Order: sequence, then structure tokens, then C-alpha cells
Amino acid sequence: MRVLEHLGETRLELGPAHDAPAEGPWRLARDEDGIAWLVLDRGDGSTNAIGRDVLEGLDRALEDLEADPPTALAIRSAKPAGFAAGADIRELKTMTGEEEIAQLLAGGLRVLDRLEAQDYPTVAVIHGHALGAGLELALACDHRIFVGNAHAGLPEVKLGLHPGLGGTVRLPALIDPVEAMTMMLTGKPAYASKARRLGLADAVTEERHVRAAVQAAAKGQLEKNGRGWTERAKASYPGRTLAAQQMRSKTEQKAPKEHYPAPHALIDLWLKAGDDPKEMQKGETASFVRLLGSDTARNLMRVFELREGLKKAAKGAQDVRHVHVVGAGEMGGDIAAWCALKGFRVTLFDIAPEGIAPVVPRAAEVCKRAHLGGAETRDALDRLIPDPDAHGVPHADLVIEAAPETEEIKRDIYATLEPRMKEGALLASNTSSLSLATLADGLDRPDRFGGLHFFNPVDRMELVEVVQHDRSSDATGERLAAFAAALDRLPAPVADSPGFLVNRALTPYLMETLLLLGEGAEKEALDREAEGFGMPVGPVELADRVGLDICLSVADSLKHDVDRPMAEIPGWFREKVEKGDLGQKSGTGFYEWSDGAPQKGNRAGDAPQEALDRMILPMLDACVECLRRCVARDEDEIDAAMIFGTGFAPFRGGPMAYLRHRGVKDARASLERLAEAHGPRFTPDDGWSGLD
Amino acid sequence: MTDVPVYIVDGARTPFLRARGEPGPFTPVDLAVQCGRPLLLRQPVAPEDFDLVTLGCVNVIADEMNPARVAALRLGMGPGIVAFTEQINCGSGMLTVDTGARRIREGRADLVLAGGTEALSHSPLVFRQEAVEWFAGLQKADGMGDRLRKAAELRPEFFKPVIGLERGLTDPISELNMGQTAEVLAYRFGISREAADAYALESHQRLAAAQEEGRLNEIAPAYDRDGGFHDHDDGVRPDTSLEKLAGLKPAFEKPFGKVTPGNSSQITDGACWLVLASEAAVERHGLTPIAAIRDAEWSALDPSVMGLGPTLCVTEMLKRRGMGEAEVDLWEINEAFAAQVLACLAAWEDAEYCRDVLGLDEPFGTVPRERLNVDGGAVAIGHPVGTSGARIVLHLAQEMARRGSNRGVATECIGGGQGGAMLLEAA
Repeated sequence: MRVLEHLGETRLELGPAHDAPAEGPWRLARDEDGIAWLVLDRGDGSTNAIGRDVLEGLDRALEDLEADPPTALAIRSAKPAGFAAGADIRELKTMTGEEEIAQLLAGGLRVLDRLEAQDYPTVAVIHGHALGAGLELALACDHRIFVGNAHAGLPEVKLGLHPGLGGTVRLPALIDPVEAMTMMLTGKPAYASKARRLGLADAVTEERHVRAAVQAAAKGQLEKNGRGWTERAKASYPGRTLAAQQMRSKTEQKAPKEHYPAPHALIDLWLKAGDDPKEMQKGETASFVRLLGSDTARNLMRVFELREGLKKAAKGAQDVRHVHVVGAGEMGGDIAAWCALKGFRVTLFDIAPEGIAPVVPRAAEVCKRAHLGGAETRDALDRLIPDPDAHGVPHADLVIEAAPETEEIKRDIYATLEPRMKEGALLASNTSSLSLATLADGLDRPDRFGGLHFFNPVDRMELVEVVQHDRSSDATGERLAAFAAALDRLPAPVADSPGFLVNRALTPYLMETLLLLGEGAEKEALDREAEGFGMPVGPVELADRVGLDICLSVADSLKHDVDRPMAEIPGWFREKVEKGDLGQKSGTGFYEWSDGAPQKGNRAGDAPQEALDRMILPMLDACVECLRRCVARDEDEIDAAMIFGTGFAPFRGGPMAYLRHRGVKDARASLERLAEAHGPRFTPDDGWSGLD
Repeated sequence: MTDVPVYIVDGARTPFLRARGEPGPFTPVDLAVQCGRPLLLRQPVAPEDFDLVTLGCVNVIADEMNPARVAALRLGMGPGIVAFTEQINCGSGMLTVDTGARRIREGRADLVLAGGTEALSHSPLVFRQEAVEWFAGLQKADGMGDRLRKAAELRPEFFKPVIGLERGLTDPISELNMGQTAEVLAYRFGISREAADAYALESHQRLAAAQEEGRLNEIAPAYDRDGGFHDHDDGVRPDTSLEKLAGLKPAFEKPFGKVTPGNSSQITDGACWLVLASEAAVERHGLTPIAAIRDAEWSALDPSVMGLGPTLCVTEMLKRRGMGEAEVDLWEINEAFAAQVLACLAAWEDAEYCRDVLGLDEPFGTVPRERLNVDGGAVAIGHPVGTSGARIVLHLAQEMARRGSNRGVATECIGGGQGGAMLLEAA
């Protein structure tokens, strides 16, 4: 046994509360210095959520402590992952009446005010993460001690909300108010060193010094960062007016008010009452209650749950350590880089040894975006082994093929790979357009072959379609899903059907966009139309990003494989691809590209009438078809896949949620109308009748 | 001397990359990792199954103290791997192979990863001693007045940096630069500028031919962080000529010297590893030996004539085995300087030198050019000082196997006045 294994994991310092009896989600005990240790350990999960029971339990604990005040109070979590991940979303979702919500908030606020009012020093010890209501609880303490590289933030905007337990009051009062607003508007957390700089953390230490740090806080030896005159100036009305203007325009760009009301409400609130805590608190509650009832918040909270659902569904055993990737193109390279970043040993093969070279700086860039430190980046890059001689094959537990989308090429590759793979190793294809059943023909062990379809860019698109074919074993599907989950991606099991789910739904949308362009519509206008709907980028830019050659090959194969009328692929588009205008990767597609951004003109007029429906409805229709043909399990999975695989307007809750919101009847009637005007490619799928 | 066999079963090196006046893309450990990864990947044994890692490195950088251990950990050989760095200047990469072989012979190890690494382009700029003292004084100064007084002692020349490499290539005892020691040998053994240039030309031609014919499969391509791909020794000049070489000015003793940048080894970055295995490890893991390490010897002499080191250690090693030049099929003599190699060859042909210095009744003999550095040497390939010893052993082993030779000798001169030699036999 290795020395470190023998020593085991570093135990969380919980003082005497480690062995104290649980009262609800809390455990409370005093140490020999008279310091009370109050430890949160709610439910069986790896982290805490703040629910009604947590706040009520805290209230009871404070009552006990007031009877016989301790020298200090240390509050921390007994969960290994962190302090608390935020409010209990499920509990929030069940609240419907505004009255009920307002009451819950008032109760919580009263408990936190009570905590703040204690005469002895109170300390929140934060390891891992303190998010949302978790940080709001910590903000009601006198001190916050961060352990290791813990992070804290108020990400409520991502759920269509803003803080509701006093966060909008306490954070701007504690640190530079503009920094506080930025944290709340972007939802981005502050990691330990930044938190220390901002004054959010009074100390940053390691687990081994937590007890000493708490003792120092008890003795009043922890220095607090005071607010200087610049912070006070920023908090004044003129300061706020100036800052709010900038915040408004920045926020509008990223999250238009029409779709994402929460950040805008927060700016209004701060501008109005930023220097009056009482007013601010009242406004926070009123605004929170309003937002919680909004469609945006309801949809975003569901999206949050869909994500958790996909994660939880991947419950198979994860036994992959070494991944061999075949093909160092854009997808293969990015998949390899992401696997290495996530701790896997990766060998990356390409026919051309020099073709692997560009992957290394790209991987370094991915590490940078993932906030890896110097040594972590070095280790990730060390794990990413260029392997032009394919020595990695016999070591690999999983081989991912990301070769050109040609059946013959892939089959040839499998023929050389399979005899060299070790017993029990999995073979997966990243194909986006070929049938896995066909690719499995000729394999010795089709049962251990499946699809792992990643989306571009791999480090940002969370979805991975896990594709099983008629001869793959269930164990293979489960192992592939567990591997995807270990990569911090969201595995969605889909059937081996043309285009699987996401490309099947996306292609009619892109094809219709081509037809609109052919009819003379302006590309900028079409993009703006779709972005106005809430897509992260419009279809023309998306096609450029994906690669026009990829779009064409997916469209060709879908047109060949799908047994329904589809848009004709325009000849001019084929010529464009043949000419080498492939989009972002070749520098020219529909747009000219420089520095990773398309050069868009801003003079475009309006999109043609019905353009949006012509683009969006065929996508919805394809989703309905996939549902009918059981390509995905249910509407939830379709929404999740489209949101995490394509960025489909999250505030709309995904295509199926949009369809439900718009009304099945209306959407279907619109399709029929379009079919009459433009042809049978709009004829609604048979699946529509099953939706009512 | 027991004859327990020690096998070289595999090896790999990076391409040797010429220093181009700025830090190259790899640190010493980066280089060791670059060629170590593919080498370990293709072994039938797991990286954790090695017993020892030993790595030669002369210019260790501050971020990589004990580069052997840093490299071993970065190569995924596990926390339990013992790894140490050895330094005997230009012989370091061979010393580690000798150390590994001895450990195996003693029965204390079965599998050893031994080699060398050097990133001469990363040699630090060194501050002058006066500047260091001034800075230390400033740090210690107490109070504003004292600090100001101390600060006023600053002189502009403090900032004139000294290139560490230049100091490293100067022998501190004789105060001669390595190139100057080659000038001494050229003078003592009558090596002409033309002979040195002709030798250098052939070194380039031989390397170019080896590259062309794909005989350098010891090279594992290196991938740098900027997307650079390096698959060949880039100091080679296949288009050089006697005329071009003759046009170069002396580098060390201007204006009359004979040693030029053209007939000296190049300053380069590179790393090289060998996998050494005991008989038991070969059987257990089904390894295929490419050569056996039979013997090694180290000798020392006056630093001002360090270039003659090989004549001492090689002769000593062969003498005790009852062998002479005739028994050696293939030679690798590290080309620190063309004139230095030629001086060694001349010394071995010199009856008086062989009698008085080497204790031979007859001259050692002529080492024929067609069996010496057959694929070029450090003049063309470059000389990352801590690495070269390992490179010549690896290349000798591979070339012996390719030709079916029975016996080969790899040897190098060592700055500071030493020499190292290793005797390989067919596996």
C-alpha cells in the first residue's frame, strides 16, 4: 500500500461536531475553548442544499446558543464536495402562490438576521463551493474562511432569478459594490485568491489550519478588508447611475431583458435602493417573488433539473483509464484534449504525425479556459500523448474513432484496431451521420461497439449522444454513458437512427435557412431573427462554425436515409463546399472569419415574413418525429439534448417546452399552412397526433 | 568484473534542436518527457514496473531540481520510483547508463530507465557577482537612509549579464574555453584547418544520408506547446561545402585559430533514454535485446587537453579484455570538435604516445573512418552535453544490430579533463 493511500483522505475539521448527534440537517457541539461548531449535513448527497429545514434548524440552534453564548460560532459543511450548492430547487419549484413564497423568504431572512445579530464572532468555513443561498448564509456571518481553492458565488441569474435571501443587500455592502453586482449579474463565482482580494474571504487557508483559523477569528485576530472611499463612491447615487448604465448595456448584449428579466430587475433595484438596506431588502423580496413565477425561471429551473437527470442516469461503473483517439482533426483533437484535461491518459493517433501538432496548443487553450493552473496544465498536456505509431491501442480501455465520415475509411480503421485491442476494451465512433449498425458489420465484437457523439466545441457543449445499435450490449451503453459522465459531459442515450437526435432536428433548420438565403434573404437578418428567438448563434453562423462540409455530409446522408420529404440541397451550396469555402475553419464560409469571429455587416434589413417559423418549425417537427420513433426516451430528454447540444434557447425550456407553450394546435396549423405555401417538406409528422 | 549480462532493449531520443539565440520550446524535463512517453508506451511493461530512473543533466534549471525525478513523475512512473540525476559534464548521459548497468549487475534492479537531457538554449543569464552583492546589501539595508545609500551604489555595468553557457563551457582550472582545448590538441597533433573542415563536412554528409535513408529510427518526434512539430535533427547542413566551411572565422582564438563554428559541435537541446534490462526481466516480460553492455571505463587527465580522454578510457577498457582495435567492429567517438576527434585518432597511431601514455608496446592502430561515426556525429547532430553519451550508446546499439556487428565502442571526451567509454556486444 502506498504511503498516501495509508494516510487516507484529509478529514474535514469539524471540531467536536464530528461526533455530535444530528438534529435535522445540523450537528452542534462545543469544544474546550467554548467555540460552538455547527455542522450542516443534509441528506445523502455529496453537498448541501438550503431548504426550509436548514433555516428552521439554524433558528433552533441560534436559540440554544443565545441561552448560553459560546466564545464563537463556526458554521461549516460535513459534505466532502462543499459548503452548500444553493437553495433546494425542488422545494422552490413546488411553491406557486406568491404569498407562500413571500412567507418562506421572510422566515429565512429573519433567521439570517438573527445570525447576523449574535454578539459573539461568527465564522463560515467554506471548502469546495458556497453558492446561492449557501453564500447568503455565509454572508450573514462576521467572517468567511476559505479552504484551499474554494469558490463562492451567487449564480441565481442562471435560473432566471436573483438572490432572495439578502444576497443583494449583504454582498454589495461587504465588497466593492460594482464587483458584487458583476458577480450577481454574470453568476460567476470568485475563487479563493480573488475572494480574498475582494474581501469576501477574510482568510484563505488549508484544511490542516482550519481549527487555528477559527480560533483566531474567535479571538478577534482575523483582519477584515475595510471598504475604502472608492467603494463608498461607487455605492453613492451618482456612482450607481454611472455603473448601472454600463451594466445595462453589457447585460442586454448577453441576456436581453425580454428573455432574461432577472438581471435587469436586479440593476433597477440596486440603482433605486443601493444605499438603503431596508428598501433594498423589500425590493429584493418583491422582485424575487415576481421572477420565481415567470416562465423564464420555471423553464431554467427545469433545465437545471434536466441536467441533474442526465447526470444521474449515467450510473454504470466507470472503468476507463486510458483512451486512444483515432484522428486528430478538429473533433478528435478536442475530444483528446478534453479527456486529458479530465485526468485520462490519452494517446492520439493520426495518419500524418505532424497533423497531431496543432492539437497541443489547442489543448493548452482549453486548459486555460478551464482555469487550470500551470502545473495542472502541464500534467494535462503530459497525459495527452501524440501517438503516430498507434502504440496506445493495446493499452486503451476505450478507443474513440473520429476519422473522416466515410464508411470505408472507418471500417479499415476498425479492421486494424480490433485485433490489437485488449480484452474488454470498448470501441466507439464519433460519427454524426453514419449508421452504427452498418459500421458494426464486420466487427468481431459488435457488442462492445457504440457511438459517442460529441458536439463542437467539445469543451463548451455538454451533451454527448450515447448511441447503441441493434447488436451493442446494454453494458456497452452503460459504460459509455458512465465514461461521458466522468468527462463532466451529459450523456443522452439515443437510438441508432439517421442523424441521431440533435443533427436530425438541426438539419431541417439549417437546410431551410439555405433555401431562404437562396431566395435572397440576408444572412445577417436570418441570424438576427433566430438570435432574437433565443438561439445562441443564428443558423448561418452556426453552419459556418460547424463546417459547411460537415453540414453538407449530414444533410446528404439524412436526405438519403430519412423517409420523409426534406428540403432540396441547393446546387450553389454544394459548389461552395467544393470550392473550399468551409466556414470558420477555412476562413471563409457564408461569412469571412477572423480571430474566431464572423465579420457581420450591420446594415441588414428585416428577414422575410415567416422566416422564423420556416426555420424553427421544421426543427420542432423533427423532434416530434424522433419522439414518435423513440429515438429519445421522452420530451425531457429531447429538450435537454437540444439545449446542451445546440444551445437551444434555454429560457424557453427546449423545443418541446416551447411547442407546449406555443400550443400544439397552433404549431401544427402553422406547419400545415407552410406546407401549402412552400411544399410537403413542412407536412407535419404523424407524431403530432400523439401529442394532444 | 563479472559478466552478468545487461541488455539494452529499447531506446528513443528527441530530435536534437539547434539553439537559436533564445530559449527553445522545451525545458530539460520537457525533452525527457517528449521522448520518454512514446518509449514507455511501446514497452510490454508498465511504467510503474521500472526499478530505477537515472538521468544525466548538466544545466539543471531552477524549476526542475533533480530532473530525473521530475521526469519520472511526469512520465507516470508512479510515486514509488527512485530517480536521481548524475553529472559528469559531457559524459553524464553515458554515466547514467553505466550506473543502471551496474545496478542490474549487482542484482539490485531488473529494469532501469537511463539517459540524459539538456536544453542548452535554456542556459540562464547570470548576474555579475558585484550585482548580486549589491542586491543582497539592498535587501539587508535598514531604514530609508541606509537603503538610499545602498541604492546609490548601483552601477550600470551590474546589468551586463553573463551568459551562463559561456561560463559553463570554460574550464575553471585551466581557464580555457573548450574550444581552446581543441586548439591545443590541433597544435600538438598537427591537425590542419583543412583536415578539421573535411571531417566536419563528412559528418554533415553522413547525417544527411542517414536521415534520407531513414536510419535514425531512434528519434521520436517532439510536439511543442506552440504547435511545432520536430522530427529531425535540425542542425544538419546537407548543402555545406569545403568552401563554405573555409570561409568561417575562428570562434575561440581569433584571428589565427583553426577551430570554427563549422568544425565544432553545435549547441543544441535534446534528450535520450535507454531501457536497460536484466536477463530475468527480458525473460519475464518477453523483451527483445538489441545489444548487451559488456563494460565501461572512466579516465581522467589534465583539463587543458581534455579532448584526449577517449584514448585513455578506451585503451584501458579494451586492454583488460585482451582486445585491440581489430576486435571493434563499430565506433562512436563523440565529436566535441573535429580537431579533437582527429587528435585522438592521431594519438592512437602515435607510437610514442601509445607507449608512454597508454602503456602499449605497439601503437593502438588506425580507427578506419568507415567504421567510425557512420551516421555523423555531434558536429552535424549537435551536442546537448548531458545527452550525447546516451545518444552515442543508443545509436551504436541500433547500428550494430542493423549491421549484425559483434562489438562496438562508444566514447566521449569530457570537459574538465575526463573520458568515458562503453563496450557493447551483440545481444
